[in-house]
Amino acid sequence: MSTNSHSHGGGHVAHHFRDAEHQFDSGKQGIWLFMVTEILMFGGLFVGYAIFHSLYPKMFAEGASHLDWRMGSLNTLVLIVSSYTMAMSIHHLQKGESNKAFTKLWITVVCGAIFMVIKAFEYSSKFQHGLLPGHLLDVAKTHAEHANLGMYYGFYFCMTGLHGLHVLIGMGLIIWLAIRTKRGEFGPDYFLPVEGVGIFWHIVDLIWIFLFPLLYLVG
Amino acid sequence: MGSHSDKHSGGGHHSHHIIPQEIYTRVMWALIVLTAFTVGFHYLFHVVMHGSVLAAPVAFLIAAIKAALVLMFFMGLKYDKPENRWIFSTGFIFLALLFVICMLDIFTRISETSTL
Repeated sequence: MSTNSHSHGGGHVAHHFRDAEHQFDSGKQGIWLFMVTEILMFGGLFVGYAIFHSLYPKMFAEGASHLDWRMGSLNTLVLIVSSYTMAMSIHHLQKGESNKAFTKLWITVVCGAIFMVIKAFEYSSKFQHGLLPGHLLDVAKTHAEHANLGMYYGFYFCMTGLHGLHVLIGMGLIIWLAIRTKRGEFGPDYFLPVEGVGIFWHIVDLIWIFLFPLLYLVG
Repeated sequence: MGSHSDKHSGGGHHSHHIIPQEIYTRVMWALIVLTAFTVGFHYLFHVVMHGSVLAAPVAFLIAAIKAALVLMFFMGLKYDKPENRWIFSTGFIFLALLFVICMLDIFTRISETSTL
């Protein structure tokens, strides 16, 4: 790393860093520390789900039976493709192909939007059927076999809602990256923001990889 | 940080490893195929066999393989510095600790003596 001999045009390296390499490494380390907090935040919800699932397995199975696994699978595929295009945008920037990177970033945003639209269809169907968290659950309308079915939907809306919020924030950040790419601010020597947002976007995919079987299949 | 050389960065003059497109494409297809496996096993266990104790372990095993692929290649942890691998694994270590202690409590105390 210390052998780095690129010239970085000065403008990209903040004054408190020795050189571009130092800046890149520090920024990336910060992103990984942030990822640890993400794992712990979602992890708490996963452990909570595991605890209550072990206490009320039949109630959770009833909750999961109302979810459409086809919607969940489709969203899984959409996020996989978006992760691929996000990774490819960095690949293109490293090779100096910023036009291709720009296109890949926009495809990623479109995939995020498709994910959110599918999620919106799922949510509106849950709302219509009275499948809501806690005491909001419409027991009569849902013909709930378990009086505490609202707990499953508490977990469902909390986990998918927090995940959906991450998708929206990620989309916003990727639009920002696309604009900066168009302006020619990124290239083989400087792409740290793209790398950082990319890691964030992949963790959103990673969390969905676990949420999908947990909520839709295993129940 | 800084003074050591990064043995993962490969080809001499380039300080950042460029992961080939071919690897990304293969990883994407592997993830898609594994998703199909997840759904296929779900169909087998729930529709054909009407429930099986293997359903959850198989689903989460496939999820773990998919997560490892995303982490290693899309997030580039395979090519990253060892520090970052350590930093990220601490998250999972503490999560595992939380999970194990909670499960011990559930199966040794709450399911025996309490209704929570």
